[in-house]
Amino acid sequence: MSSDTTAHDSHHAHDAHHDHGPPPGLMRWVFTTNHKDIGTLYLLFALLMLMVGGALAMGIRLELFSPGLQWVNPDFFNQLTTMHALIMVFGAIMPAFVGFANWQVPLMVGAPDMALPRMNNWSFWILPFAFTLLIATFFMEGGAPAAGWTMYPPLVLQGAGNVPFMIFAIHLLGMSSIMGAINIIVTIVNMRAPGMTLLKMPLFVWTWFITAFLLVAAMPVFAGAVTMLLTDRFFETTFFSAAGGGDPVLYQHVFWFFGHPEVYIMILPAFGIVSEIIPTFSRKPLFGYESMVYATASIAFLSFIVWAHHMFTVGMPLAGELFFMYTTMLIAVPTGVKVFNWVTTMWRGAMTFETPMLFALAFVVLFTIGGFSGLMLAITPADFQYHDTYFVVAHFHYVLVTGALFGIFAGAYYWLPKWTGHMYNETLGKWHFWLSTISVNVLFFPQHFLGLAGMPRRIPDYAVQFADWNMVSSIGGFVFGLSQLLLVYIIWQTIRGGEQATDRVWEGSHGLEWTLSSPPPYHTFAEAPEVR
Amino acid sequence: MVSKIKRAAAAALAGLATTLYAGNAFAAWDELNLIKGVTPISREVYDLHNLMLWICVIIGIIVFGAMFIAIVKHRKAAGHEPAQFHHSTFAEIAWTIVPFVILVSFAIPATKTLLFMEDSSDADITLKVTGYQWLWQYEYVEDGVSFYSSLAQSSREGIYGDPWAVENYLLEVDNPVVLPVNKKVRILLTADDVIHAWWVPALGMKKDAIPGFVNEIWVYIEEPGIYRGQCAELCGKDHGFMPIVVEARSEDEYKQWVADYKAGQSTRLAAAPATSQ
Repeated sequence: MSSDTTAHDSHHAHDAHHDHGPPPGLMRWVFTTNHKDIGTLYLLFALLMLMVGGALAMGIRLELFSPGLQWVNPDFFNQLTTMHALIMVFGAIMPAFVGFANWQVPLMVGAPDMALPRMNNWSFWILPFAFTLLIATFFMEGGAPAAGWTMYPPLVLQGAGNVPFMIFAIHLLGMSSIMGAINIIVTIVNMRAPGMTLLKMPLFVWTWFITAFLLVAAMPVFAGAVTMLLTDRFFETTFFSAAGGGDPVLYQHVFWFFGHPEVYIMILPAFGIVSEIIPTFSRKPLFGYESMVYATASIAFLSFIVWAHHMFTVGMPLAGELFFMYTTMLIAVPTGVKVFNWVTTMWRGAMTFETPMLFALAFVVLFTIGGFSGLMLAITPADFQYHDTYFVVAHFHYVLVTGALFGIFAGAYYWLPKWTGHMYNETLGKWHFWLSTISVNVLFFPQHFLGLAGMPRRIPDYAVQFADWNMVSSIGGFVFGLSQLLLVYIIWQTIRGGEQATDRVWEGSHGLEWTLSSPPPYHTFAEAPEVR
Repeated sequence: MVSKIKRAAAAALAGLATTLYAGNAFAAWDELNLIKGVTPISREVYDLHNLMLWICVIIGIIVFGAMFIAIVKHRKAAGHEPAQFHHSTFAEIAWTIVPFVILVSFAIPATKTLLFMEDSSDADITLKVTGYQWLWQYEYVEDGVSFYSSLAQSSREGIYGDPWAVENYLLEVDNPVVLPVNKKVRILLTADDVIHAWWVPALGMKKDAIPGFVNEIWVYIEEPGIYRGQCAELCGKDHGFMPIVVEARSEDEYKQWVADYKAGQSTRLAAAPATSQ
């Protein structure tokens, strides 16, 4: 730490522009403590996992293309759904947002780097090992975990060799997330440039600040839950077995006490990204900045007192069902505030529709649709019908794919010119947007109908009355999946070259990151910028 | 590359066209919407579902409508100059309070329905359901009838054969559960191995069957008929292959069925004691 500081200081003494660049070769990436490099690693890793998780999803949609079993056996189907979820949640969405935080938080608050750079390196490099452990289970006797990403006992305890691998992988992922979150909190608290008061921070920084607290609070609970699974499986404890005085439902309470904050961990940073993009392309300040901050904090608080709405059907006391119904409905209020603020930001602006804005607009509409179905699911009596059907599958894919993932796409197109110094190909970007947005709706909207018609989730085969919509959904799925290859191509093309990006990149952009060159020098804000 | 994209787009458009076509056909609405069902509970839930659905649709029209107008009118290409307002205490308070009031307006009927659903007192008969990997056991507590119910052979043949040729593919069992209409039936749910969930959509209720614990729901079926459902909680390899079939009959027919079943059971037991399944 001290040697780093000295190196920086001596550079200042000579020439602020004559900054040392990265060391050459592979070791740059292995030993890097630079927030930009680590951000890049996180984002590329997330992209890789998106492709892996997406391939598994295409396998699921292939089997569900028509009734009967044609491609996989039921056990492998369950492995596909379980691993698809684990890889997408912990490998694609969360690391992508940490990548954004690494790149953007120091640039946006005017800090020279993350507060704990070596821990930052470790946070990232845990991930490839964790996923090697997890994905290796596919090649083991008995195959990969097949009890769903929620890992409910007693079913999960029937798993063979994959159980300890899955649990240790989750422990590693939890360590990585907690360290990443601590780093973000410490950076934001201690390393803001002079004048960057809390209520001047860009909304992306605010949403990540709050998300980081959710991570620190929720991930240890998850680690506890899976550790109890481990001891139940191998060390004769009976936390979750009624035969030994335990309770399988206890697991669900502990899991969802983590699980609900987790879903906000996956959406709050997307709120932040969209709150940066909409003002830029509306050429108008964000409407209701402070209410956005308070709404985000309220959502975070509520996320800890709504968990049992994921498990209304376990047979809770009436008072519990009512409590969790009311608290869950309350989330609609701050979420509504955010949506109204975004729309009002656009109102009487001067909008243009570059790819980041297109994805942000699609985010607002499609995330809101996911919010509506979420509100419907909150109603306990109706949830008794919706629960564990494709209606739920449609709901959480609207908030996670057209919500979180579209937020990531929007942010990637928005900051890619800043990060690489090259403009991406706008024509291809628009192609990617339209292909993705149309196909994702063909993919997920019919799943509402399937659920309401009575199709349970997590089944490899279905009654023939569900055949038509499953086929439509699968076609949408194949197009959506293949469209993402276009994203990979666009990113590759932009990294390699293209039109030189200006410092501002976008006509309407505001904030410290746009005062830097594109790409920014390897070390930035060694001297704190002025914030008025 | 371009031709590939065009082909993909054509496929997506074809899919979308199907969606829109089906969406426009009013006759198909009932097939897209929640099942109305045949019990007082299922009808209340159906009404609640529709209430929320339409409130969401109206809010959606207002919000997306405003957004659409902004996209059309307030665009740079149309020469619109951006305003610079960024705050309105009145608006922000209004759109906190109004949604809250809307929420209260459907929390009230939802609470009433929930209270109604959770009151399983004064039941006429009690049915105990036990989930196994991967079949159900039904025990009529008062009438002393008990049997197992698993996926019908015809469906098993369709899985790797031709599902379209099988009547009620994956929704047919060897021994359906028979219940009387116009009787309050209390259903106790438990499981032997892992968690299952007993769900017949037309009866309007699902609940988990949990090993070591007993849950209860109640049904009051108003129309005779055959109602089909499935296990709704992932329970392993054959989770998709443990359907539920409820035959609702008039009270007299139900009594007759119980008597016949008992007679048949004793005959079967006398003939082959080991084949209780």
